[in-house]
Amino acid sequence: MKIALFITCLADAMFPEAGMATVRLLERLGHEVEFPREQTCCGQMHVNTGYQREALPLVERYARTFEPYDVVVAPSGSCVGSVRHQHEMVARRFGSADLVVQTEHAAAKTYELSELLVDVLGVEDVGAYFPHRVTYHPTCHSLRMLRVGDKPLRLLRHVQGMDLVELPEADQCCGFGGTFAIKNADTSTAMLADKMRNVLDTRAEYCTAGDSSCLMHIGGGLTRLRTGVETVHLAQILAATADEPMEPATNRAKGTSGTRPRGVGTAGGIG
Amino acid sequence: MSNAVMLGMPQLPPVSPRGVGNIRAQEPFPAAARRALADSQLRLNLGKATRTIRQKRAEVVAEVPGWEELREAGRQLKTHTMANLIEYLTQLEDQVIARGGTVHWARDAAEANAIVTDLIRATGSDEVVKVKSMATQEIGLNEALETAGIAAYETDLAELIVQLGHDRPSHILVPAIHRNRAEIREIFLREMADADPAMTDEPAVLAAAARTHLRRKFLSAKVAVSGANFAVAETGTLAVVESEGNGRMCLTLPDTLITVMGIEKLVPRWSDLEVFLQLLPRSSTGERMNPYTSMWTGVTPGDGPQDFHLVLLDNGRTAVLADEQGRDALNCIRCSACLNVCPVYERAGGHAYGSVYPGPIGAVLSPQLTGVEDNASLPYASSLCGACYDACPVKIDIPSMLVHLRAEHVEESRAEHKVPSAEAVIMAAAAWTMGDDRRWSNAIRAARLGRAITGKRGAIGPLPLPVLSSWTSARDIPEPPKRTFRDWWRRSHEGGRS
Repeated sequence: MKIALFITCLADAMFPEAGMATVRLLERLGHEVEFPREQTCCGQMHVNTGYQREALPLVERYARTFEPYDVVVAPSGSCVGSVRHQHEMVARRFGSADLVVQTEHAAAKTYELSELLVDVLGVEDVGAYFPHRVTYHPTCHSLRMLRVGDKPLRLLRHVQGMDLVELPEADQCCGFGGTFAIKNADTSTAMLADKMRNVLDTRAEYCTAGDSSCLMHIGGGLTRLRTGVETVHLAQILAATADEPMEPATNRAKGTSGTRPRGVGTAGGIG
Repeated sequence: MSNAVMLGMPQLPPVSPRGVGNIRAQEPFPAAARRALADSQLRLNLGKATRTIRQKRAEVVAEVPGWEELREAGRQLKTHTMANLIEYLTQLEDQVIARGGTVHWARDAAEANAIVTDLIRATGSDEVVKVKSMATQEIGLNEALETAGIAAYETDLAELIVQLGHDRPSHILVPAIHRNRAEIREIFLREMADADPAMTDEPAVLAAAARTHLRRKFLSAKVAVSGANFAVAETGTLAVVESEGNGRMCLTLPDTLITVMGIEKLVPRWSDLEVFLQLLPRSSTGERMNPYTSMWTGVTPGDGPQDFHLVLLDNGRTAVLADEQGRDALNCIRCSACLNVCPVYERAGGHAYGSVYPGPIGAVLSPQLTGVEDNASLPYASSLCGACYDACPVKIDIPSMLVHLRAEHVEESRAEHKVPSAEAVIMAAAAWTMGDDRRWSNAIRAARLGRAITGKRGAIGPLPLPVLSSWTSARDIPEPPKRTFRDWWRRSHEGGRS
């Protein structure tokens, strides 16, 4: 099947490994992946912060870019949620009648990765091998906007060599919420603290999820506290095989498990 | 013959006025939340209480076959009622009058307070007993009565704790949820003249103390003030749903009963209560059925209050009704399920919202009642996790409404300010960068190069992403990767060089 990849702005700029893994996985399963270069961002950050007017060109761009494709996949429940539930709303308020129709079409063919695999491609065992202790955080938008249910877990349960441990209070938000993490940083951090406690209680090496944004939040806390627990996108686990294991510590210069990445998290502070 | 037409601007209905009532936050949510988050006792009390109610609710909801159908019925009934509100309100008024009651219309909080004050004065009484009521909290009735020299005694146990503690309610259903039993004991000892100094903090002992304290009031009060959970248009019947029985005492013993009710509390038919009396207790207290459901219709000679007044309160509700994307907030039946499942409420507590309507529903209702600019931080007091929508018994899509109100806020700010805010500049810049894939590609590549050049701590490249220092106060940002995705793609799939 020919599948267009919507990489999402965050994965493009900050977490390319999630996109690379998505491509590797789908190609291994025998599919043809295309990456239309005109794509940029779904506009969710703008919409969720109140800037729907600014999101309009991004909504138009998304519909235009993926118009020629029948199936689009994104390694993000949140961005797919925006395409499915927000694009039409923006189009209705600020766009043309044509755009409303285009957004409906775009919404109907855009899938989150686990949806694509289980619902469209009908596969649960993707032949992955990942010999680690892993816990799965169901992100709010994949859980409550997309209703992916246990699809990611069904995929993970087939991964060879993996010790999958249940995350306590899994359905609780990690506190990211886009600009919420900045506008309400204190409350966000309080939520993150409880999420981290639950992750640590599992004694997992890796915390995985279907959204790089939530993982950036959880991972940002886990490395700050030197917990030694890493975050990894669901696609990276599913793409890993015995022959081609996950690239250690992604493709970053620094930052391996158990050590502090050479981050930018200590602005003016102690390191 | 002149055919002059008045071309007046269509006017939106007024919002709740400033200077009266308790639905305007005095400080932005983040500042209030910051203080609350530092209160370890509050965190413990709230965490424990919300977790307990959450669990109870989940259990009793799971045992109802067709819960989703019940929610949908509740949603449709409320939506239908709001779409035909004028007819149903008029019908209610006719029925209440026909059954011997008096109906008053209050445009806003100030009018409602004045009506109630005058009604109490007319009885010659200078004290009233009160049934727990959100509407009277909203309009600041107790404060208005105090100014008029009338003492109002809250008879709901939790409201009593709040009143005696000179405190503010922090939850719709459990207004003293932020207090634990040791704190309640201290409040009782300090504020109840008749409290036994040997009182322990056993819940039964505390309840008994409150009972003794309140009984005298029930037996002596000539006037009661209540709210209403529901009003039935076709019969003129009012309903109060409660757990403790204090409401039943207030609704039956005094000579005069004054009920203050928001105009959205209507249901068309008696049989509609079937739906709501199933949805409400399971969603709010996590009980299959609440212990006391009191219903009264006008005046019954020789039985109960012989003088009944219904005060119908607008106070911004018509303005909410006028907003197509916000009006569903009026469907709320005040169960507080959304508070109990909200991760923000659980940590920041109700006071942080600065309104008697806290939590997710408060974050959409308060700004709509006051106008979004008077509660501008509330629509942002949510991570949009969606737990509230799932829990709501009448399926109010709170997350979408929050997003809508954020847009309202931004559009209003845009219209009012000539100089855009820093945030607006960042958002516009990001939209500009993302508006073209070459600009975008260059920007994220520059961020990657920025990493190589200024890869020392405390610096980050010019990422067109909302990355500010409030993020890094508690969370690291990973270094930008060596290569963006699109550059990797070009090398791996298009034979290009990055």
